[in-house]
Amino acid sequence: MTTATPSAPTNKLGFTKQDYVGSKSTLCAGCGHDAITAQIINAAFESNIEGYRVTKYSGIGCSSKTPAYFINQGWGFNSVHGRMPSLATGASLANRNLINIGVSGDGDSMSIGMGQFVHAVRRNVPMIYIIEDNGVYGLTKGQFSATADQGAHLKTGAVNNLPPVDPCTLAIELGCGFVARCFSGNPKQLGAILKAAFAYEGTVVLDIISPCVTFNNHDASTRSYKHVKDHDFPLHDLGFIQYSEVEDVDIAAGATEHVTFPDGSKVAIKAIHDSYDPTDRFGAMKAIHESMAKGEFLTGLLYINPTQPTLTDVLNLVDEPLATLPESRVKPSAAVLEEIMQGLM
Amino acid sequence: MAVSQIAPTPTGGAKTRINDFSIQVATVNGSGSQTANTVLLRAIFQMGVFVSGKNLFPSNIAGLPTWFTIRASAKGYVARKASNEMLILMNAETAKEDVAKADVGALVIYDEPLQLDKLREDLVFVPVPFQKLVTASCPEPKLHKLVKNMIYVGVAARLLSVDMAEVKKAIAKQLKGKAKAIEINQAAADAGYDWAMEHLQDQDHIKVVRDNKTQGLIIVDGNEACALGAIFAGVTVVGWYPITPASSLVETFIEYAEEYRKDPETGKSTVAIVQMEDELASAGVVLAAGWAGARSMTSTAGPGVSLMSEFIGLGYYVEAPGVFFNVARTGPSTGLPTRTQQSDVELCAKCSHGDTQHINLYPGTMEECFQFSYDAFDLAELFQTPIFVVTDLDLGMQNWSSKPFAYPTKPYNRGKVLNQQQLAEAKDWGRYKDVDGDGICYRSLPGTPGGKGAYFTRGSGHNAYAQYSEKPEDYLEVVDRLRRKYENAKTHVPVPVFRNLGSAKGVLAFGSSDPAVIEAQDILAEGGLKTDYLRLRALPFTAEVDAFVKEKQVVYVVEQNRDGQMANIFRETYPEYATKFKSVLHYDGHAIAAKSIVDQITAFEQK
Ligand SMILES: Cc1ncc(C[n+]2csc(CCOP(=O)(O)OP(=O)(O)O)c2C)c(N)n1
Ligand code: SF4
Ligand SMILES: [Mg+2]
Repeated sequence: MTTATPSAPTNKLGFTKQDYVGSKSTLCAGCGHDAITAQIINAAFESNIEGYRVTKYSGIGCSSKTPAYFINQGWGFNSVHGRMPSLATGASLANRNLINIGVSGDGDSMSIGMGQFVHAVRRNVPMIYIIEDNGVYGLTKGQFSATADQGAHLKTGAVNNLPPVDPCTLAIELGCGFVARCFSGNPKQLGAILKAAFAYEGTVVLDIISPCVTFNNHDASTRSYKHVKDHDFPLHDLGFIQYSEVEDVDIAAGATEHVTFPDGSKVAIKAIHDSYDPTDRFGAMKAIHESMAKGEFLTGLLYINPTQPTLTDVLNLVDEPLATLPESRVKPSAAVLEEIMQGLM
Repeated sequence: MAVSQIAPTPTGGAKTRINDFSIQVATVNGSGSQTANTVLLRAIFQMGVFVSGKNLFPSNIAGLPTWFTIRASAKGYVARKASNEMLILMNAETAKEDVAKADVGALVIYDEPLQLDKLREDLVFVPVPFQKLVTASCPEPKLHKLVKNMIYVGVAARLLSVDMAEVKKAIAKQLKGKAKAIEINQAAADAGYDWAMEHLQDQDHIKVVRDNKTQGLIIVDGNEACALGAIFAGVTVVGWYPITPASSLVETFIEYAEEYRKDPETGKSTVAIVQMEDELASAGVVLAAGWAGARSMTSTAGPGVSLMSEFIGLGYYVEAPGVFFNVARTGPSTGLPTRTQQSDVELCAKCSHGDTQHINLYPGTMEECFQFSYDAFDLAELFQTPIFVVTDLDLGMQNWSSKPFAYPTKPYNRGKVLNQQQLAEAKDWGRYKDVDGDGICYRSLPGTPGGKGAYFTRGSGHNAYAQYSEKPEDYLEVVDRLRRKYENAKTHVPVPVFRNLGSAKGVLAFGSSDPAVIEAQDILAEGGLKTDYLRLRALPFTAEVDAFVKEKQVVYVVEQNRDGQMANIFRETYPEYATKFKSVLHYDGHAIAAKSIVDQITAFEQK
């Protein structure tokens, strides 16, 4: 709040967008990851997120550096390669009031961290799980990742002969209730999806195609800005309506569909091409597979199920954060110990 | 059927061993023998006699050989004894070998069809028609296999003069609440006892005589003791992955949490327990929960610690609290998963790459398993670092008698955590600033309102303000402070326990070796060699340990591993005294016995 210029617009909490920024990025100029950071800042500002409730987790990679570049009011935890999901799991259990954002890379999540990705999604850990997907290991200088397309070329000429892993169909398969694919070069779509993600209670999986300008933006790349732009196939125009601000819809009235969240928030969905039902799990799988076969990137809200119990719900925890329960609530009495000792005699 | 005559023992004339013997029972695992063995152990315990039990079991669910030894000791020695006075042989597969290995004069109770009595002349054989007895006593053929074992309890009770009322009480206790099972098992024990009364003569080789040594004592295993310590320490987040011999620690914790960690009004839980996908994820849960302010823990064994090691280094460097129980087993690799060893000493002392040092607690008794588990959470939060509580299979899974645990009245120490108001008042707060000069900095918890105190935790280089830095001076400031913090722990960890007989010769041991060392000390003293014994209970070494090392001519370091890992740490810590340390080692997977300590120290002394 301190850095606001008198004229800067504020959100409902009285914060300016500047209050949601982080440290200066040290990524390459033009890196897709920076565009995603900008949209996270935007969405948090517009969604009136209380910064102090935000925690940010990441593994290792260029993408995993980015939590330092947004929401300085929140706490960050940059961990070890591929293990960010277990951190979000532990902290979300310790304090159920936290808003958890995990940022990972395609290497971090689809190779070394595949197990943790799978199990965090399966448990429906309350977190937004972002994969900044460039098809390569940026930080270790451009080796292929497991999302690289079959036949894709590295700058060195090396060809990837193995089939890719798709985080989105995998997440749907695992029961994830909010799966989207976006392109870092389409800020409008990404912004709407991030705002919806903030309103969602369980695991949100966002696979964001995010070109690496240094190692994977050449002509033969299938993850270059040009290639992705040419093959981007947005499903719909999206608007997100927070429960409190029905008037703020940035999508034309008469949008075809609404998906309503338990708190009353709504996602408005207007189909661009053929109609696509993002609440149809099997239909979604089919459509994604078909588009991948054509070499397209189907982007937008791929699958949504707004009511799905989270890990916190399943464990039936007390309403307050476990971390700060007073001793009197967690330490059984001397009489209890006495009773246990009698039983062991 | 012919009446078995118990012949006088071949060692005839030796006096009766009253409340001083070992019984070994050989069975097939999965056959229900664990219940029978525990009943026999409990019955002797209820007679007021010190008793300990050790289960030597295979890494298998059913069908492989397993041995259970019960040691009674009037003097209170509870270590494994190298020799057995009574064998109960129920396993056809191992019976011949068991007979071949038996100590001269042993009483051998066996299943009649095994026909073992011709194998040796220097043993006393007692064939028992188990099948016949079980058929007569138990109406349900399905249960014969399980109940058969209870028959040997009756036979042994008769031969040892154990009161059948105590056997029945022990059965009722062991099968708590299952009326039908209690009835069937008591009938089987009776059948064995009655048969033995009718067919067997008295023997005067070994006997149980009522005593009053166990009044008010409990029987417990170390995993349960640790679980209880954690329950009372108010643990709120547990992430774990099953592994022998550590699983029962969390499993027992879960049972107690079901009962004692529910909100009385809402029935909701005050602890989150998640079985993770592996030990890496368990470690992540523990550290992040600790970072977010919870008291968090996991329990594992060597293979799990190996997997966790990258995370443990992260916890050390970013200063996140968490308690890691390592119930050690026989390594390397998968090793002997159901056998005991103390071979993770160096692993836990320095777990992870780079320069890392960890506080390790080494409980040696059941009361310490409870108390140290309770204290470990204070230490983790006070020092903001991963803490290892290191036990082993012998402590963790075997039956030990113990004084009941005292209620830990000391309030929790949650360490240096700044709340919203303190953060607002703090001038120039930095997460890694050493304000008090003790190496321990002030932390804030995620989710604290007020707009102050947020910081970025990273396993990469950072300065006192938790900012990314590759500057040599920033790096040194942090790692040198971590070293000071570790040094500072010396005045907070448990001090050693001494048993000094007045000697310049020292014996040093830790954890489950304690009972064997005490017994060895007595045997050595009887033979004219007095020793002073220091039982180490923690790393880093406290001033008492320094003094002991300095003062003794020689220090025999007793440990259950091949490489003398603790001795190595001593040589490294006290290079000027490196030649004083002599390793006394035992590492075959069986719990250490006094004999191997006595033999090795005697050999050193004769050099
Ligand atoms: C255990 C371990 N192995 C290897 C590495 C080296 N490493 C650092 S980042 C990285 C790959 C990152 O790729 P990705 O997640 O796709 O991130 P990007 O840089 O492309 O955003 C690797 C292999 C490491 N840090 N830790
Ligand atoms: S190397 Fe690639 S991924 Fe890394 S910062 Fe540069 S452009 Fe981004
Ligand atoms: Mg990548």
